[in-house]
Amino acid sequence: MGEPQPHVEVQDLTMAFGSRIVQRDIRFQIRRGEIFVIMGDSGCGKSTLMRHMIGLNRPAKGEVLYDGEPLWEADEDTRERFMDRLGVLYQGAALWSSMTLEENVSLPLAERKRLGPGEARDVARLKLALVGLAGFEGHYPAEISGGMRKRAGLARAMALDPEILYFDEPSAGLDPLSSRRLDDLILELRESSGTTIVLVTHELPSIFELGDNAVFLDAERRTMIAQGRPEQLKHSEEPKVRAFLERGRL
Amino acid sequence: MSAPAPATDALSRLQIARDSQGAIRVRLSGRWTLADGLPSTDSVARELESAPAGTRLVFEAAGLETWDSALVSFLFSAAGLAAARGSAVDTSALPEGARRLLDLSLAVPARVMPQTPKDDALTARVGEVALRAWRTAGDALDFLGETVVALGAFLRGRARFRRVDLMHALESAGVGALGIVALINLLIGAVLAFVGAVQLQQFGASIYVANLVAIGITRELGALMTGIVMAGRTGASFAAVLGTMTVNEEVDALRTMGLKPVEFLVLPRVLATSLMLPALVAYADVLGVLGGTFVGVALLDLGAVEYLRATQSSLELRHVVIGLVKSVAFGVVVALTGCYYGVRCGRSAAAVGEATTRAVVMGIVLVVVVDAVFTVLLHLLHL
Repeated sequence: MGEPQPHVEVQDLTMAFGSRIVQRDIRFQIRRGEIFVIMGDSGCGKSTLMRHMIGLNRPAKGEVLYDGEPLWEADEDTRERFMDRLGVLYQGAALWSSMTLEENVSLPLAERKRLGPGEARDVARLKLALVGLAGFEGHYPAEISGGMRKRAGLARAMALDPEILYFDEPSAGLDPLSSRRLDDLILELRESSGTTIVLVTHELPSIFELGDNAVFLDAERRTMIAQGRPEQLKHSEEPKVRAFLERGRL
Repeated sequence: MSAPAPATDALSRLQIARDSQGAIRVRLSGRWTLADGLPSTDSVARELESAPAGTRLVFEAAGLETWDSALVSFLFSAAGLAAARGSAVDTSALPEGARRLLDLSLAVPARVMPQTPKDDALTARVGEVALRAWRTAGDALDFLGETVVALGAFLRGRARFRRVDLMHALESAGVGALGIVALINLLIGAVLAFVGAVQLQQFGASIYVANLVAIGITRELGALMTGIVMAGRTGASFAAVLGTMTVNEEVDALRTMGLKPVEFLVLPRVLATSLMLPALVAYADVLGVLGGTFVGVALLDLGAVEYLRATQSSLELRHVVIGLVKSVAFGVVVALTGCYYGVRCGRSAAAVGEATTRAVVMGIVLVVVVDAVFTVLLHLLHL
């Protein structure tokens, strides 16, 4: 029997802003239900790669495939339908500031799933309860802490029951306890619903605790220089990857 | 040893001498603090220039009293000069803290970034500006196209946005602007009447002040001034709100939820502003005429009733309609400009300020341009 089709596949991707190349020749596959880590030093283009994978930035070259279907070759309407399969937790949570937490979560349900206001509200309450925010439905994003905003962002990202959840630096700006709690939540999500998770991070505890597979992007060479299980990458042939994962010096 | 170079100043003293091996010895003494000023490395540079390449540079600090970043900064610059001449630097006699800070600052060599040589020629600069303008025009047309498509979806009842957002925009672009629109138009009506009265009195045609104010306000100035006020008020607000949403990735979040930002954010604002502008202009017309009436009655020997009768007889419906039609166009222009600069905002706090400024400037310019186009068209149509 052959290998099952990858859930997500990045094929020879080159990312550029105008004539400035950010990263080139990125290629990797993500299996269904896997937690995949995109890591690398600051400014290497990790978040930019995520933006290319979720349809926000068009690649200069290459393609992103979901279950073998190309994202960028598709027309705009098809690409919009792709979005129903994805959930994204942005670095700053990106909650809509003029809406309450409940409205933030129920909006995609009402607009994309065509649920009535009552149904959308019930599902939104469930999602908020899943991330430990029951009772905060009527709060505005400005009224809660950074950690709670991240969790509310996760509740919104989960609203449409996506097949793939993307996390952009989930631990950024969080204290160790909140960060740990979010990691546990990510793990629980994968275990309970089999969601494929793509994690953009450079937090070593999260990489080792959560990551099934990882890719390392290098800012200087502007390409990926290692790929594999995080524990294996500790013994990578690339000194920079070893140093990064051991938090050592080059 | 050669004679010591003069001290740079009274507080941070610097003496430079050559020893028997030819090395340059820099003796540092006194206070080397930022509060006392940053000493120059010129004397070190001169000494390095006059010595053969590769001459050792030795720092001594026997008489050094207090020091802070002023000393480290001096050492860093001097070490840079020495490196350029291929000279080794001996820092062993420096205080340990200064030595470690210097080592730290030199640990990572400065990265040489490849830079495209910039052509400062006038033709190159003109070309750059033209290319940027061309790209912006293309992008603005894309945005306009997206808005037209969204408007089409709205007319077919398929546009997706929150009704509450439309209500907020209606309130913000309507009721919220009543005060400033009233004040500006009352004053504009008064100024117009005052200028007209002074001139027309000379010809014994004072009563025509009422005509001047009525036609001037309803056909031209009521709409124009309200459009300009709205560009500064509502256009700026749209750019700032949408710009902040862009910086906070809230607009990206809409996209990844499969919601179109143009439908969701731009459409309600364009609808609200183009609906509210005619109402505001009708209100502005009344207040402009009222301002003219105050001045007309106060300056001229006319009663209020007589003035208002003259206003009524001079005012034709077409003047009012022309002003109202223009106001719809101004509303669309103001909202589109504010939303365009907001949605296309960069990703920093400074970018929000820049987007807001551009939205106001471009909004005002476009309102005046659209007004000029209307004037020419109406003239050609004999209206």
